[in-house]
Order: sequence, then structure tokens, then C-alpha cells
Amino acid sequence: MTDNITVTVNGKQHTATADDRLTLADFLREKLRLTGTHLGCEHGVCGACTIIVDGSAVRSCLMLARQADGAELETVEGLAEGGKLNRLQQAFKDNYALQCGFCTPGFLMSVTAALREGPVRDEDEARDVLSGNICRCTGYQGLVDAVLETSKEMHS
Amino acid sequence: MKPGRFTYHAPRSLDAALALLAEHGDEAKVLAGGQSLVPMLNFRLAQVDHLVDINRIGPEFAGPKVTGDTVTIPALVRQRVLERSAEVAAVLPVFAAALPQVAHPQIRNRGTVCGSCAHADPAAELPTVMSVVDSTFRIASARGTREVDAADFFQFHLTTALEPDELLTEVAIRVPQPGTRMAFKEFATRRGDFALVAVAASATVDESGTVTACRIAAAGVAPTPQRLHDAEAVVIGSTVDDEAIAAAEAAASAAVDPTGDIHATAEHRRRLTAVLVRRALAEIKGDQS
Ligand SMILES: Cc1cc2nc3c(=O)[nH]c(=O)nc-3n(C[C@H](O)[C@H](O)[C@H](O)COP(=O)(O)OP(=O)(O)OC[C@H]3O[C@@H](n4cnc5c(N)ncnc54)[C@H](O)[C@@H]3O)c2cc1C
Ligand code: FES
Ligand code: FES
Repeated sequence: MTDNITVTVNGKQHTATADDRLTLADFLREKLRLTGTHLGCEHGVCGACTIIVDGSAVRSCLMLARQADGAELETVEGLAEGGKLNRLQQAFKDNYALQCGFCTPGFLMSVTAALREGPVRDEDEARDVLSGNICRCTGYQGLVDAVLETSKEMHS
Repeated sequence: MKPGRFTYHAPRSLDAALALLAEHGDEAKVLAGGQSLVPMLNFRLAQVDHLVDINRIGPEFAGPKVTGDTVTIPALVRQRVLERSAEVAAVLPVFAAALPQVAHPQIRNRGTVCGSCAHADPAAELPTVMSVVDSTFRIASARGTREVDAADFFQFHLTTALEPDELLTEVAIRVPQPGTRMAFKEFATRRGDFALVAVAASATVDESGTVTACRIAAAGVAPTPQRLHDAEAVVIGSTVDDEAIAAAEAAASAAVDPTGDIHATAEHRRRLTAVLVRRALAEIKGDQS
């Protein structure tokens, strides 16, 4: 079956058709052409597809589009402010927290959700926040540094 | 890596969900958090004709309730919600200890407590905790309702007492008696991974510090959480002194018969069981003094 669903993505409302078995990740990428959300593993392990649904970071490869009908979504496309990198994105750039960039949208959304919940105080906490996402390039140290720097700026 | 074809249903009440399960039974699956089922559908390890999404059956299923001597965890309580419930932590802190070790926050934001029990992975944390607390699994279908305890609920690897037309509506847990201490310990290779072995333990002590009741269960060593009755027996009547802990460690090691796989050999799992039993009991003892 196919049905229309309506979602709000980064503040803008969209209505489009979704087949029963279409995942939310594919809905964003193929129906709304919001291709910033990446798909690595499609079984919940890599975190590349992480987006924020009604305030919580979740795997968009493990949700069906139909389940998101009426939901408020945030994706990597909504992070930049007035065409400029936001604080977290800039910290990623400054700290070499990305190389090929494939994993980056997922990390940014996971960290965005975590920093809203409170400060990330030390390396151990930062690694905990990052542990649900996989990066094959950076070796994670740059990511740890970017998270700690942003947390300090936001929460001091 | 895309699911096969199915018909998606989003019933708006428990009765509507049960009616769909009664109609489609064998060809249907319940969709809760989707954090185990959707990967299996994406891999096509599972194929269903009808998916009954219970996420819209009602807000009354979304929060844990603490009433009198019982904590109830209805079907839509996310793992992250239970992890952060101060009300539950006040009477059953073992959940706040175990839950951070279940997957990652992004998974726990969707994954449900009941879904983890219904999925019954042999290495999962929550079924292990449910095996040491006094838990009752409340099950409903269009045919009626019934209750089973943890020992009867977990039957085999990924197999529970649930029939295809049944829904686990909630898990009810009796608030432990005063003087009860619990601990949860696991070893996993990476943060957020399933445990190689996990151990949950509970001990109740009387005023003199003597243990009057004890339960210990291990995950990752058998098709279901395994109660370590011999280890429990040596702890009961002791003061959880070093001698009792050493005896429990030896009893645990003798009681398990794990299988080896690419993640760990059988001998490694056996050794981990003993070490984690020791750590759990040491924590229980430390809390007492
Ligand atoms: C990357 C990753 C890492 C993970 N790591 C861990 C881990 O370390 N430890 C761990 O324990 N789990 C882990 N999980 C699994 C996770 O905890 C799942 O959330 C859980 O196993 C299933 O809960 P769910 O609500 O997502 O259920 P679903 O995936 O929706 O359902 C799972 C099964 O249970 C059935 N079901 C669900 N709810 C009910 C109900 N109320 N009544 C009847 N049947 C029902 C479904 O039909 C299905 O067969 C991980 C998952 C991922 C993707
Ligand atoms: S694509 Fe969703 S977690 Fe890997
Ligand atoms: S930057 Fe390449 S995978 Fe992370």
C-alpha cells in the first residue's frame, strides 16, 4: 500500500507518498531529495543515517516512513545558520573531525542531540556520545576534540 | 538491504491491535521499537505479510508506573525512558545500571523494554535483569489475557511463550523487599555491543547481614538467561564474605556450559561468568557496609 504522509523537516512541512516498506531514510533521500542523510549499513550499526525525530536522535534506516507521519524531523541540512556552518560544524572542521565526510551527517546529529541534553565533560563522556557512530577515516580523536570544544563553548 | 513487501497497519488501540493479530496471526509481526525487527526485515532474515505497528495504541503504554509494591513497564516504554526514570531508580536501581550497556542512546530512544524481552536475544541485558527481579509478563490476545513468570517466558534462543496472536502488554515487577541489593555486570568487546557475558544478581539480607534470598542469572552462556542456582545456594546463609564469593564464583563456573563462537571461546565465556559473578557479589557486599 502507498499513502501520503506529512512530516516537518527542519521547520518546513512536506507531504509525499510513501510505500509501506519505505524506510524514513529512503523517504528523506528519494522523496524529499534531502540527501545529506547517508546510508551505510541499513541495519542500525553504523549511525550514518542518524537524524533527530521529535527531539530524539534515532536511526532513520530503522524507522518506516509511515511511522514518521506527523513527526518533527531534524536533519543535517538544518544545522547551518544563515548559510554559515554552526558552532558544532565549525568545530568539526577546525579539529579535523572528518575526512571523507560520509559518516559526518550522522555524527553531527548524534552530537547535536547529546549536547542539548547537557555538557560533555571529558574524553570518556565524549567517546560514549560518539560510540553509536562509526568513522572509518579519522580515528576518532578529532571527533572527541570537536565535541569537547563545542560543549565547553555551549555550556560554560 | 531493503525489506520485502508487507502491509503496514497502525492500530489506534490495544483492541484494534489484538484484532489484527487475531486475523493475521502467523503472517503478522508486532512492530515496537523496530531496533531488532527492522534490521532483520532489511536483511530479509525475516519476511512478513503484515506488520502491526503498536506505536500508536495509546499514550498510557508509554511510561513506567510505580504503584504501591509494583513497577509496571507497558509495551511502549522506551529503553531510554526507563533508564532515566528517577521514580523507578528509587526502587529498582538495577535498571539504571544495566540500561546504559544496551546498545547506544540512538537505539534506546526507540527500542522498547518489552520488545527486548519479546525478542529474547540470549545475550541481551534486559531479559537477564528480568530473571533476577520478581517479574510477571502480562500477555493479551483477542482470546483473553494471561500471565507468565520469567522462567516460563524465556524459552529458547529468540523464542518466548508468546503465541503469534499475542501481545506482551506489560512487565510487572514487584518492588524488592527492604534489605535487597542488586548488581549488574557485563563484558562486551566494544561500547554498546551485545554482552559476551552479562550477570545480574540480587541478594536480600536480614538485620544481622545474613543473606536470606539470592538470585543470580547470566546472559550469553545459554539459549536463555541462565539462573545459577548452585551459586545462589552458597550465597544464601552467608554474609557475602570472601569465602562465599569465591564459592559462588566456582559454582558459577561449574554450572555454565557455553558454546564458543567467533566472538569468544566457550572457556573464555565460562571464565567471564565466574569473574562477573564475583564482581556483582562484591558490589552487593560493598553496598551493604
Ligand atoms: C546496533 C544495535 C545494537 C544493539 N545492541 C544491543 C545490546 O547491546 N543489547 C540488547 O539487549 N539489545 C541490543 N540491540 C537490540 C535492541 O535492544 C532492541 O531495541 C530490542 O532487542 C528490541 O526491542 P524493540 O522495541 O526495538 O522491538 P522490535 O524490533 O520492534 O521487535 C523485536 C521482536 O519482538 C516482537 N515484539 C516487540 N514488542 C512486542 C510486544 N509488545 N509484544 C509481542 N511481541 C513484541 C516483534 O514482533 C519482534 O519479533 C541492538 C540493536 C541495534 C540495532
Ligand atoms: S545506515 Fe542506519 S545505522 Fe547504518
Ligand atoms: S570521515 Fe570518512 S568515514 Fe568518517
